[in-house]
Amino acid sequence: MSAETATEAGAPVEEHAPRWRVLLSAVMANRLALFGLVVLGLLVMAAVLGERLAPYPPNAADVPERLRPPSLRHPFGTDELGRDVFSRVLVAARVSLQVGFIAVGISLAAGVLLGLIAGFYGRWIDDAIMRVTDMLFAFPAILLAIAILAVLGPGIANAMIAIGIVYTPIFARITRGSVLSVRERVFVTAARSLGASDLRLVTLHVLPNVLAPIIVQTSISLAFAILSEAALSFLGLGVQPPDPSWGRMLAEGRGFVQQAWWMGVFPGAAIFVTVLAFNLLGDALRDALDPRQRSAIESRGLTA
Amino acid sequence: MASYVVRRVAQALVVLLGVSVVVFALVHLVPGDPIRVSMGTRFNPDAYEALRARAGFDLPLPVQYGRYLANAAAGDLGVSFRSGDPVTTTLLGRLPATLSLAGSALLVALLIAVPLGIFSAIRSGSKLDYVATVFSQAGISLPDFWMAILLILLFSGVLGWLPPSGYVSPLADPIGWLSHLVLPAITVGVVSGSILTRFVRSSVLESLGEDYTRTARSKGLHERTVVTRHVLRNALVPIITVTGLQLAYLLGGVIIVEVIFAWPGLGQLALLAVQSRDYPVLQGTVLLVAVVFLLINLIVDLLYAAADPRIRYK
Amino acid sequence: MTGHNGQRVLEVHDLQVRFGTRRGAAHVVNGISYTLDAGETLAIVGESGSGKSVSSLALIGLVPQPPGRVTGTVRFGERNLVTCSSEELRHVRGNDIAMIFQDPMTSLNPVLTIGRQLTEGMQLHLQLDDRAARRRAIELLDRVGIPSPDRRLGDYPHQFSGGMRQRVMIAIGLACDPVVLIADEPTTALDVTTQAQIVELVDDLRRDTGMGVIWITHDLGVVAGIADRVAVMYAGQIVETAQVDALYEHPRHPYTQGLLGSLPVLGQPERELATIPGLPPDPVHLPSGCPFWPRCPQRLDERCETERPQLRDTGEGNLVATFYEAKPASEAVS
Repeated sequence: MSAETATEAGAPVEEHAPRWRVLLSAVMANRLALFGLVVLGLLVMAAVLGERLAPYPPNAADVPERLRPPSLRHPFGTDELGRDVFSRVLVAARVSLQVGFIAVGISLAAGVLLGLIAGFYGRWIDDAIMRVTDMLFAFPAILLAIAILAVLGPGIANAMIAIGIVYTPIFARITRGSVLSVRERVFVTAARSLGASDLRLVTLHVLPNVLAPIIVQTSISLAFAILSEAALSFLGLGVQPPDPSWGRMLAEGRGFVQQAWWMGVFPGAAIFVTVLAFNLLGDALRDALDPRQRSAIESRGLTA
Repeated sequence: MASYVVRRVAQALVVLLGVSVVVFALVHLVPGDPIRVSMGTRFNPDAYEALRARAGFDLPLPVQYGRYLANAAAGDLGVSFRSGDPVTTTLLGRLPATLSLAGSALLVALLIAVPLGIFSAIRSGSKLDYVATVFSQAGISLPDFWMAILLILLFSGVLGWLPPSGYVSPLADPIGWLSHLVLPAITVGVVSGSILTRFVRSSVLESLGEDYTRTARSKGLHERTVVTRHVLRNALVPIITVTGLQLAYLLGGVIIVEVIFAWPGLGQLALLAVQSRDYPVLQGTVLLVAVVFLLINLIVDLLYAAADPRIRYK
Repeated sequence: MTGHNGQRVLEVHDLQVRFGTRRGAAHVVNGISYTLDAGETLAIVGESGSGKSVSSLALIGLVPQPPGRVTGTVRFGERNLVTCSSEELRHVRGNDIAMIFQDPMTSLNPVLTIGRQLTEGMQLHLQLDDRAARRRAIELLDRVGIPSPDRRLGDYPHQFSGGMRQRVMIAIGLACDPVVLIADEPTTALDVTTQAQIVELVDDLRRDTGMGVIWITHDLGVVAGIADRVAVMYAGQIVETAQVDALYEHPRHPYTQGLLGSLPVLGQPERELATIPGLPPDPVHLPSGCPFWPRCPQRLDERCETERPQLRDTGEGNLVATFYEAKPASEAVS
């Protein structure tokens, strides 16, 4: 269709509504995103209340009750030590969200800072930073995280750092790209000629403009970070026993696939639903804030 | 075309140089003495000294890096701290298993993504399109290790059709090899396929909306011809790129799946190396994966040029 | 009738195109009627958004349905193209009625050679074999002025300049000796010198082949030299239609007068360029009555805001959709 029909058939919606309202209405209008929001609400509740919601203490062994299938007393069954799988899945929400948020917090802070520096100062600093991100992109994410953990040693704190490093380049690239497009716009030039300092320019003019793609990427990265944590814990490099974590529980359940399917199925479902929720939310945010940005799926295709 | 190839190769070499620095640094960033750490309780002074001398840890770092680079270029990636075997031999022994898994996973992914992506683009807004969207959204969020367990439960536990894990050489027992390959290939292929589906859909959809598609229709061509000759040829360019990237990531991404299915590939090797702190083996694996990754990227770019005459002639 | 043989080839009656949008139905083409004779050039003139492109796409079934909905009749020979099957329509498209488009950069397929793009239509409609199709492709490229055409068949679109690409597009349009050629703003994306060459080329080809040409443009100046008749479209309706000289000499619709007023006139550099204040109406919310009344400088009848004026004969050769005898442009603009 020609540009003519595009404008004729296209539908410009409210133009000057405040951004948060546009966002909220976009999320509410999208049933999938609403599902994501509800799941996240439940997760946060599980993470905050944890043990107080759980019917059993998560680490309490009850050997006579071991390997019991799901029942009214144990909705997700019990594991090889008689621990209640439901309680453990519930409590493990905390560590997953914690690792997710802290790791993405690291990527966000480091990536945005690097991207701002690269985009704003250009020249050799830009070149240097971008070559380093190219290099980091040359490793599959999970292998890079494993290599970093090989140096730092296994453990939950190191897993956060490793995941944080792995997802830093994508934030640096997005921020740099946005800064470059914003930087040359008239108002920045104008502000600069009025003698504004670099810091002022960045905080007042550049940051608000790069916010949309960064918010979207944050949501998508949370999904990948939680997935990575589960994978690392599954491999025994993340959360250490006896603390419950979905990845670890899945690894333990793997040994009992034939006798006790519930040990692996429920923690895995928890990972799946959580990651799905963040992805759905990320896509809805992208549709609302920044339709030109890639979807979660497409960005995983390019960087996972 | 020739200058384009030269430029792309040069770029890849620069990134490779950077990668080699990262890989080299891996060992030197480990707190303490990596050889002593790796030997743990089985410390043996003679073996320790021999490894130290071979690794050249007493030399200044730039000299060590130079040696590492020269050796790596000649195909010598050092010896395992654990077994004393040359790392290169170990890696080459593991490569076929990983390549065959990644390759068949990609095949599964393409078998899902190409028809599903094309049909959901052509019938965009239809029920099929909706189903495909939900499928790819779910597929991307599926932890592969969970899916592996579910598949083992179903096909090996309940139905008893396929072995739960293991590997047999395709030379010794082709059928056995294939039956062991199916589950891991599906596991990796479904996740990858759901990513690709979205890409195929969006590039076909984009191409369907282009002016040249309207021109093709205005010629009175059959819709089938419009789609195959005009739309798909153009949509191919981005699809090739992402497929290549997927293959590259699959090589590293199969780690967990290899562990679950006891598939003796590079991923399993990398994890063993981490667990036993066998740094030369880890270094070698990471380097090899990065090299293969860059190589695939390079090939993708060259294919890209073959599919798009605008790049070829630039 | 300047230089055409007068046989009727196309008869459009009450053509309407609507699009379903999230905001409601967009009334893009609202009942237009016109005829085209063999060897004749009809110019359809209007601003972007007037529905001129969509109405011509609708002729050969290139409006996607849904979201579009096309009604009315397009009589071509024995057939009504609006209601005939998509398979019948496919045999007409590119064969009897060909179309060339606005932007030659995007309208040619970047990954196929121009030889392929030229021959595929002939092979389908004329059942030519490879060699015959190739021979015809070379002749056509030669005819539209591509130098050494035999060596350029294997080239890709990006190896041609904009003007040359539009020539290739024209050659594709002519591939099956069409009865009607629809030219949808084929010169808009080109520089002025090239524009004149393309206009002239199409006019030469019309004279040689006797095809009817529908030339769609927003620029009255482009078609002044080649059109036999002009139809002016506004908000999906034809508001005035006349022989080209009559239209230029005594435009009767205030919108036509406004369009002509915004053309620079050679030799009168001091004359101020008139513009029409306001914007065309939103096709989802068309005003009741005459679609032009909110912008109309004259509005001489109380029915303007409530009743839609139909085309009527002014007695000077113009058909105009107003309720009143409009003042001549010179008085109206002042």
